[in-house]
Amino acid sequence: MNENRPLSAEFTKGLIKENPVLVMLLGMCPTLAVTTMASNAIGMGLATTFVLVCSNLVISLLKGIIPKAVRLPCFIVIIAGFVTLISFVLQRYLPSLYESLGVFLTLITVNCIILGRAEAFASKNKVLPSVLDGLGMGLGFTAALFVMGSLREIFGAGSWFGIKLPLLSEEPMLIFIMPAGGFFVLGCVIAAVNRIANRKPPEEISCENCPSAAICGAKGKGEGCPSDKNGGETAQ
Amino acid sequence: MKEAILIIVTAVFVNNVVLSQFMGICAFLGVSKQLKSSVGMGGAVIFVMVCAAACTYPVYMLLERFEITYLRTVAFILVIAMFVQLIEIVMKKTMPPLYNALGVYLPLITTNCAVLGVTVANIDEGYSFGHSIANAFGTGLAFTLALVLFSGVRARIADSDIPETFKGVPATLIAAAIVSLSFMGFAGMAF
Repeated sequence: MNENRPLSAEFTKGLIKENPVLVMLLGMCPTLAVTTMASNAIGMGLATTFVLVCSNLVISLLKGIIPKAVRLPCFIVIIAGFVTLISFVLQRYLPSLYESLGVFLTLITVNCIILGRAEAFASKNKVLPSVLDGLGMGLGFTAALFVMGSLREIFGAGSWFGIKLPLLSEEPMLIFIMPAGGFFVLGCVIAAVNRIANRKPPEEISCENCPSAAICGAKGKGEGCPSDKNGGETAQ
Repeated sequence: MKEAILIIVTAVFVNNVVLSQFMGICAFLGVSKQLKSSVGMGGAVIFVMVCAAACTYPVYMLLERFEITYLRTVAFILVIAMFVQLIEIVMKKTMPPLYNALGVYLPLITTNCAVLGVTVANIDEGYSFGHSIANAFGTGLAFTLALVLFSGVRARIADSDIPETFKGVPATLIAAAIVSLSFMGFAGMAF
């Protein structure tokens, strides 16, 4: 993309300015599903970061070799391979985390952040920027999950990392750890980020960050986004 | 048969795939703006889910035979990706009206985590072939129901006066929280 951008910018952009969850609105499913506890949120974030860094590394190495027409299945297989790897590691060394993440560990494969970065960044850039981009995006994702997980655990269970907090643990608001609470907290966190950044709320995702850009036929043909045509604003 | 019906009811109401399991949120938030696109996307998802469940079941049996079940994730996602492409090509050639109605949604389904999720859940729950199909159909139906219900809610949000910071996605998410809350009423029905 931009040749003159310093390497540190590739790393830091994922943390705040282009935070994958709170700004680009990608990877919503794990953000909502595994954030009932702060420790789960961090585990999921780091597992995703690992897959993201590794897949970005491999894809940027192979970018000249993978034919354009079949790049999507290739990316998915590379990602799925690393997901299998990390689930083995977690199953062996952190069985309790493995249990509580459950099916969402497998579903890292279809996390649109990873496919989105592979398509938008790693397949067009050199190795080092790609790794840094993956690391920054992964840590940004982890940070967003950590904020969500902390809020939901503190209010919903009255504890933080399993440590009981005074006052709150007497009558925790269970709703926060239920599915409805997940939607609510995420909505509030995105609103708060908008407020702090003093920015108009994100209404749509550009083709640049759209995870389906790889499969989408409309890109570059000036046809507009197919999901827009049908009244959607983002689509996975 | 009775069990299959129970699986479908559980999937649609008690364990709604979008509102209580958080799968396919991106598509849920993206395509639910209008009733018409909700129904189209829902139809495409039901179709792909049932077909994917039917395809991955024998694939898993094959993996089990050679004791390489750890390749499940890789195999399933490839089958789903291939399958979606295949459906698109076949549909375009043989059923143009259906393609016009559902076609645009098909590419978006490959990375919909609900599809991979349902095939993995079928294996984890140890469902038979028939029950896998029932579960896939129920999950697809649940996805459609959530989309259709939510498109109605969103039409109301568009007309209301919302604080500037909450406009757009935050308001949508909070509305989703309320819809999800209503589905908690079914929790007592767990079979």
